Amino acid sequence: MPISAERSLLIIVVVAAVTFLTRLLPFVVFPKGKEIPRVIRYLGRVLPPAVIGMLVIYCFKGVQVTAYPFGLPELIAGAAVVALHVWKRNNLLSIGVGTVLYMVLVQVVFA
Amino acid sequence: MRHSGYGKAFRAAFPYTIPVLTGYLFIGIAFGVMYQEKGYNLIWAAVMSILVYAGSGQYLAVNFFAPGVTFVQVIFMTFMVNVRHIFYGLSLLERFARMGKQRLYMIFSLTDETYSLYFITNVPKNVDEHKFLFAIALLDQSYWVLGSIIGAVAGALIPFPTTGIDFAMTALFLVIFVEQWLCSKNHIPALAGIGCGLVCLLIFGKDNFILPTMICIMALLLSCRRIIEGRGTPPADGEAEEEVPPADGPKTGEEVADHAN
Repeated sequence: MPISAERSLLIIVVVAAVTFLTRLLPFVVFPKGKEIPRVIRYLGRVLPPAVIGMLVIYCFKGVQVTAYPFGLPELIAGAAVVALHVWKRNNLLSIGVGTVLYMVLVQVVFA
Repeated sequence: MRHSGYGKAFRAAFPYTIPVLTGYLFIGIAFGVMYQEKGYNLIWAAVMSILVYAGSGQYLAVNFFAPGVTFVQVIFMTFMVNVRHIFYGLSLLERFARMGKQRLYMIFSLTDETYSLYFITNVPKNVDEHKFLFAIALLDQSYWVLGSIIGAVAGALIPFPTTGIDFAMTALFLVIFVEQWLCSKNHIPALAGIGCGLVCLLIFGKDNFILPTMICIMALLLSCRRIIEGRGTPPADGEAEEEVPPADGPKTGEEVADHAN
């Protein structure tokens, strides 16, 4: 270990506390029993699809489109996941095939 | 069973969590391997995955275990990588409101994957909603802890090349995205997320785009409220008087679920 066990444990506790606080904050601002403003109820309804869209972009954030292999493995495997899921609507199939295809693409095809 | 209904809830929830099982095992293993390379064994990996429980947060945190990193840096960087979570609870205020002792755990365990799963999952009719959601949350974290332990143990000894295995998480979010797209009539929020994310990624770069993206999304959703709510719901004019929610009525949780689905 590059640093002491005590300091390591303290880091874990701090990271845990900060992570928990970000998740807790809305529940503190809008506690149980308190009327939730309409605009917040509205945001609560429309945020999930927007956040999921953002997370898709987040997953692809490291893709290099200007250098070989130009993001082709991500594009091909991602398109396969979407097409397969629209077609079969089977979570495991879409994720399994997409992941294996991506691994083959980065390890063999575009190696 | 003493707590009747939990067995049923866990059995009903399990199939829904299988995609997260696949994804979490893989990225959990990757975390365990990375942490092990820093000199931390399976106990450390397990403690971190039990107490912190955050995918990208823990990947980042591996870098904190080095001489010279200050606690101010730890706090600031952890906050920045997790800042999106501040907005997640807004969608679950009512759904969690009547949960008892489990409520704190539900809030603690609100990862990207678990949060997303709540919105593409229909609670089976014969299962208690709260127990069902709790089962999803607990199963998801157990996969994460298990994955990080396996990773720490197996380390570099994994007998097959794992490069690219973390695509499971990307695939999971793509599946969730397609699923919610096919299930909703109004695609403006989803497009807002993709569009804001893409624009902010280009402007702010991959390390700093999440917070600006969340701000753009909020601004866009708030300014398009009339357009978004105008579809399928009564016109915005009469809305102040209509469907005022009973503060603690029994319907609110289902109502949120209906809207989300």
